[in-house]
Amino acid sequence: MTTEARALEANAGGHGHDAHDAHGGAAHGSLKSYLIGFGLSVVLTAIPFWLVMTGAIADKQATAVLVLLFAAVQIVVHMIYFLHMNTRSENGWTMLALIFTVIMVVIALTGSLWVMHHLNINMMPMHDVSQMP
Amino acid sequence: MTVATVSTQASEPVFHVIDEHPHPEGASTMLGFWIYLMSDCLIFAMLFATFGVLGGNYAAGPSPKDLFDLKLVAVNTTMLLLSSITYGFAMLTMEKSRVGATQAWLAITGLFGLAFIGIELSEFAHMIHEGATPQRSAFLSSFFTLVGTHGLHVTFGLIWLVTLMVQTARYGLIEANRRRLMCLSMFWHFLDVVWIGVFTFVYLLGMLR
Repeated sequence: MTTEARALEANAGGHGHDAHDAHGGAAHGSLKSYLIGFGLSVVLTAIPFWLVMTGAIADKQATAVLVLLFAAVQIVVHMIYFLHMNTRSENGWTMLALIFTVIMVVIALTGSLWVMHHLNINMMPMHDVSQMP
Repeated sequence: MTVATVSTQASEPVFHVIDEHPHPEGASTMLGFWIYLMSDCLIFAMLFATFGVLGGNYAAGPSPKDLFDLKLVAVNTTMLLLSSITYGFAMLTMEKSRVGATQAWLAITGLFGLAFIGIELSEFAHMIHEGATPQRSAFLSSFFTLVGTHGLHVTFGLIWLVTLMVQTARYGLIEANRRRLMCLSMFWHFLDVVWIGVFTFVYLLGMLR
């Protein structure tokens, strides 16, 4: 590739080789975005590990909620900085597929946990196996 | 080519093309691969739900506190996170058409991935050696299914990575290889996202139970 061609490519958004760009193709990251994502991920991973390993918060329930919160934030960070999710790529179809999947996952997860939790609560109390004849 | 005619009020026919214009090769690959990843996401959601339901049924067997070593999990998480950023660097060098640097970053990514699999397998071997096999309790069945499925994905990602490195060495960074590397990039980062769920739900919350 000549320098001229490279300059042209740079003008075309730095990735002129992508034929599907005309269709609003997949987004690309920059060094800065990768490094920001990595830095945030390290912090968002280290804090929950530290919380659980040291038991910094005595209340286990509070620790669990915090750990889940950090995980949710880190998933969003990965989506934006590593998977380059945005509302524009592929004319918004990737975002639509993601929203659909998130709805499915939320229904499946909460539904399973909710139903099975109540099933467990409403079960007949089990006899201790060791005391059976 | 199919052409439809629409009669306007002036009864003058207006022609417009119904057929879609031709797409260049691979134009829909990224969207298609994304939809595959979303379906993979549903598989993992089911395995997470199973673990969520059965994760507390120890059958008088070992519990997470007896089995898990959080330091090892932290090292493993670091390996996967590092492999994610090095794959990002491979993509950046690929965009600058630097074949050697791309191959080098891909190799480093592969080594981190290999370290992740190695640590995970040694953890599994240690657990099974202690009698914590998948058959021991519902907790362990769902644990091995969930974490094992993720590990299997990473293993296949590694095989894919080596395949693409050979392809790139043979044919260079041609359009098809760039597309394939971008697909693997999405796959690799997606596995890191799933791992966030694994270390949070399985390991960290398991230790809090």
